Amino acid sequence: MTAEVTPPLTAARLVVARDLMLAFRRPEQLVHPLAFFVLVTTLFPLSISPELAQLRAIAPGVLWVAALLAALMALDFLFRDDAQDGTLEQYALSGQSLTWLLLGKTGAHWLLTGVPLALMAPVMGYTLGVPVAASAGIMATVALGSLALSFIGSIGAALTLGVRRGGVLLAILILPLAVPILIFGSRATELALRGEAYAPPMELLGAIVVLSFTLAPLAAAAAVRISLE
Amino acid sequence: MTWTWFHRLGSPPYIYRLAGRLTPWFGWIAAILLLGALFDGLVIAPPDYQQGDGFRIMYVHVPAAWLSLMIYTWMAVAAAVGLIWRIKVAHAVAAACAPIGASFTAVALATGMLFGKPMWGTYWVWDPRLTSELLLLFLYLGYMGLRASFDDLQRADRASAVLAIVGVVNVPIVKYSVVWWNSLHQGSSLSLTGKDTIATPMLIPLLVSMLGFTLYFAAILLLRLRGEILRRERSANWIREALSS
Amino acid sequence: MTHFLHMGGYAAFVWPSYGLTLLAVVLNIVWARSLLARSRMEARRRLAIQGERQ
Repeated sequence: MTAEVTPPLTAARLVVARDLMLAFRRPEQLVHPLAFFVLVTTLFPLSISPELAQLRAIAPGVLWVAALLAALMALDFLFRDDAQDGTLEQYALSGQSLTWLLLGKTGAHWLLTGVPLALMAPVMGYTLGVPVAASAGIMATVALGSLALSFIGSIGAALTLGVRRGGVLLAILILPLAVPILIFGSRATELALRGEAYAPPMELLGAIVVLSFTLAPLAAAAAVRISLE
Repeated sequence: MTWTWFHRLGSPPYIYRLAGRLTPWFGWIAAILLLGALFDGLVIAPPDYQQGDGFRIMYVHVPAAWLSLMIYTWMAVAAAVGLIWRIKVAHAVAAACAPIGASFTAVALATGMLFGKPMWGTYWVWDPRLTSELLLLFLYLGYMGLRASFDDLQRADRASAVLAIVGVVNVPIVKYSVVWWNSLHQGSSLSLTGKDTIATPMLIPLLVSMLGFTLYFAAILLLRLRGEILRRERSANWIREALSS
Repeated sequence: MTHFLHMGGYAAFVWPSYGLTLLAVVLNIVWARSLLARSRMEARRRLAIQGERQ
């Protein structure tokens, strides 16, 4: 009797479904990065100036720095629970392609953290004097950028799995790699804010996204295996 | 015939002994070249038409920047070899490269700043080349930090190897940033194929300096490599012999 | 000689540059030698412990 092997795409989809289901059982985990994003964004008008004209000028940068920090925070729970209860090991031993499984996990993570961030960004943008008309553009740029961040971040999260105080190290490792996303993302947001065409930086961002979701799961899978040894 | 040689490259005692024998050669030749370049660059080469004597900073800045990129590339290649073929010596090479690369990246940045202030009027500007070189420094430091966070040397080797490989995308970005974007930093004056855009009496000390620094790197690498190899060998008998020599 | 030290007015930039480079060159040598010495010491200690066990 031959066992039927689940095709990798189906396995990935199952992982997405599982992660989404588990996350909805503990919604507090999802609120933290979002709350952090709101808090960080609020710090700027309080510490710099409440004048909307000034805030509008720095709004893209503020939104992106806050989003990056929130994403870093959120990466903490990408692997943590599964590593603790042994699920990650099961994934590695399952005979399924760990790359595809991690593709699914990271995609689910983005749905749970990046998408809410993207939805929240125009709201915080409004508090920074950004015109409401720019909302769609801001959502699109943050959504795309956070997707790339989730994938690149997954490599760092996998590398720092067993490390004590891994959070700080994770930030140090990820930040150099995240800088291009920050640069293009905030340029795209800046253009969207001014109502100009933001396609060129979006295309570059899109290229980074494609590169990261094809290559990052490979690196993350290698890193997970190393961490589980 | 070639395979025996390749296998020997992966043998810790062989490399340990070879490194020990080669280090003084690389070291002394580097010293001679560097002293020569120093004298030539500071005394003999004529002052530049536009930049006066300030351009002499180039004789340390360019080799430092060259080292920062070359060393990272070697580090990433060695890391990949170690990861894919599980060769301890390769991991030892990668580990040995990092501090050297990091320090010369810092030198490149600092000398670049000291060159920038009189020439462009500013110590720093967030243009693609300077920014990506700064990121290179962070990558080196992150690599060393990741290594340090593991107690198990083997795990440290393999985890940091992944990081080194992922980070190698930054190397072409630094190199081609002046080509792809409008950068304040000047474009290449040196070319492997085309005509150099720099006058010969000023070019010679630069080439000698770059060669000297490259050999210097080889010497320091071999020195560090021996230490790294020893750290990775548990109870091999060859160590007893090697230590007593 | 003073012209050499003066570096056409750029002395404040040229000499620190060379100084930093020299510092890096020397530090790397020192660091590498210290690593080798430490590794040798640790290896000796490991061998001694193993020798006792046998």
